[in-house]
Amino acid sequence: MIEIEGVSRRFGDTLAVDDVSLRVEAGTVTALVGASGSGKSTLLRMINRLIEPSAGTVRIDGRDAASVPGEALRRGIGYVIQGYGLFPHWTVSRNVATVPALLGWDRARIARRVDELLRLFDLDPDVYAAKLPHELSGGQQQRVGVARALAAEPKLLLMDEPFGALDPLIRAKAQDDLVALQRRLGITVVLVTHDMEEAIRLGHRIGVMERGRLLQYAPPAELLARPAPGYVERLMGGADRPFQLLSLLTVADARDDGPADVGADVAPVPETLDLRDALGLLLWRGVDSLPVVAADGAPRGRLTLSAVLRRAGRPA
Amino acid sequence: MTASGAAAGRVPRARFPGFDRVGVVPAALAALALALPLVTFKPNRIAAGRGVAFWAALPPAAAAAGGLLLLLIGLAACLRVAPASRLGLALVALAALAGLVGLAPGAVALPGMPYARVSFAAGFWTLLLAFGIMAADGSARLALRPGPRVLLLGAVLLALAGLFASGWWNGLSILKEYAAHRDGFWAEAVTHGGLAFGSLFAALLVGLPLGVACARMPRLRGAALPALNVIQTIPSIAMYGLMMVPLGLLAGAVPFLGALGIRGIGAAPAGLALFLYALLPVVANTAVGLDGVPRDAVEAARGMGMGGARRLRAVELPLAAPVILTGVRIVLVQNIGLVTVAALIGGGGFGTFVFQGTSQAAIDLVLLGAVPTVVLAFTAAVLLDAAAEAAGRTPA
Repeated sequence: MIEIEGVSRRFGDTLAVDDVSLRVEAGTVTALVGASGSGKSTLLRMINRLIEPSAGTVRIDGRDAASVPGEALRRGIGYVIQGYGLFPHWTVSRNVATVPALLGWDRARIARRVDELLRLFDLDPDVYAAKLPHELSGGQQQRVGVARALAAEPKLLLMDEPFGALDPLIRAKAQDDLVALQRRLGITVVLVTHDMEEAIRLGHRIGVMERGRLLQYAPPAELLARPAPGYVERLMGGADRPFQLLSLLTVADARDDGPADVGADVAPVPETLDLRDALGLLLWRGVDSLPVVAADGAPRGRLTLSAVLRRAGRPA
Repeated sequence: MTASGAAAGRVPRARFPGFDRVGVVPAALAALALALPLVTFKPNRIAAGRGVAFWAALPPAAAAAGGLLLLLIGLAACLRVAPASRLGLALVALAALAGLVGLAPGAVALPGMPYARVSFAAGFWTLLLAFGIMAADGSARLALRPGPRVLLLGAVLLALAGLFASGWWNGLSILKEYAAHRDGFWAEAVTHGGLAFGSLFAALLVGLPLGVACARMPRLRGAALPALNVIQTIPSIAMYGLMMVPLGLLAGAVPFLGALGIRGIGAAPAGLALFLYALLPVVANTAVGLDGVPRDAVEAARGMGMGGARRLRAVELPLAAPVILTGVRIVLVQNIGLVTVAALIGGGGFGTFVFQGTSQAAIDLVLLGAVPTVVLAFTAAVLLDAAAEAAGRTPA
């Protein structure tokens, strides 16, 4: 858990972060969204004290971050940046081993951990361990960057525009991988992005920042339903708002037990699919309802077009 | 790919090796050189000499065969031959030239003239230049990796050593000068190397930290680099002169320093001057090299809790190494040349022979100082280029 209380940061005459307080629950993903210069990266970098706050306190798991030496603090927190910052003169495995080596782990333990991480990130150690970063694709570099950040098993991962340099197709995959990884490891993630769709897709809570101030800090559904007047409202008020709302819900949220009025040969939708994709299937196939199945294939009633559309409007 | 493919498609007569424009230079030089005097014959060491043409300086059979070989290789340089053959042919030509010129003393001087001297003349130097260019061109086009390049250099140096050890050139004037100055030669070689490498070492000790500080502190950089730049513009003779007065005064005031060999003339002012010249390339290249380290890598290193000293040692300096080594190369080549001038103030080194030879009007003695300096500088340049390239491509 991270508690940020009344944190400000001044650079010369400008207030980059202005009296921000927020609380990140353990095991959740928090997305900080804002335009460049909004102070979101500065706020992130004050959590691991790459930048020292001018005022206020940051507590991590109840302990004041300022009471720990900065380097020791950072070794315990994963950190991923947009360009990944892989060391170009080090092999993939040595890059991944950076923090364990700084922590003085013994060779065998480091080797085991690197091997494990490369496999976790779908990089065959026999093929990739000895490669240099420039020999990898952008997506592979990004995975190595995340693997390196997680090498010493931190409970907290800070990410500054981690998907910004990826092309859209690979970005979606990388985002899905992050969601799966976060669930599996139960880590806390704080992520900075300028892309609201990414924030909605990944964040359990979203903090919207503008000119150093935290304007609203809420779960995505609430941000869509009740945006704070002004900047947040303008930011959230795009025509695709209904689809973003649907993307937060799954088929399981809208299904009912009635019979699907289509032939038995129509492929069913899994109940874990998000409603935006389910709407796409309904529209594409030109049907009013589809059968729903559970992960194990057991039938779970139907999903009707009207049930989906009911959830796409402004919530009461 | 497609462009070159289309271009190749339009020239179906490429079966005949085409005409190579760069190769014309060595070919023309080689042709010209055969018309110039190959060696100079002098009745004694300082008498005026007369040039002896290629054809007259060698036994007829050697002159005919050697001249034909050199002409053919020069002709080959004009054609589009593979880079490896270009380099190989140039090396054959250079070896042939070295062999041929060794025959000249026997052919030109009479046995009854013990003081007669046979030295290299314009023809020899021009041939050396011609095939040197051809070899450099071939090796540049081959784009050899650092390892093979160093091996090639080693082979050439070994061949040179073998040539001298064999005594094949002993009749030539420069080796007669060597024989007369044998002990001094190696002592001056040690002094020369000591001054060049010692001042480089001192410049690294001071310049690397200063370069790192300049990269971190723009204001220091704004003061230090212009100051070092000014030092670079001082002519070397003036610099040596400038060193004499303060060091002389210092040695007078502090007898202990005088006892260490620090005085207004000799190796101390020379070393100090070389050190000052060496600072700019070391400091500037260190600062520029560190500027070029990817910011992301430094940011990531900080974000993972890597301390400043460790970041410098493990990330920044290795990534800046190619640029820093380029600076070291500049310093070393520059210093090896500048040490020659240090002989003026009694600093020693190969320059001693150059100035002695100049005052005695003995060109061959000048060469005894100049040729090893060039070989040393060339060797240092090749080795450090290879090191810089290797540092840029291999993982640390």
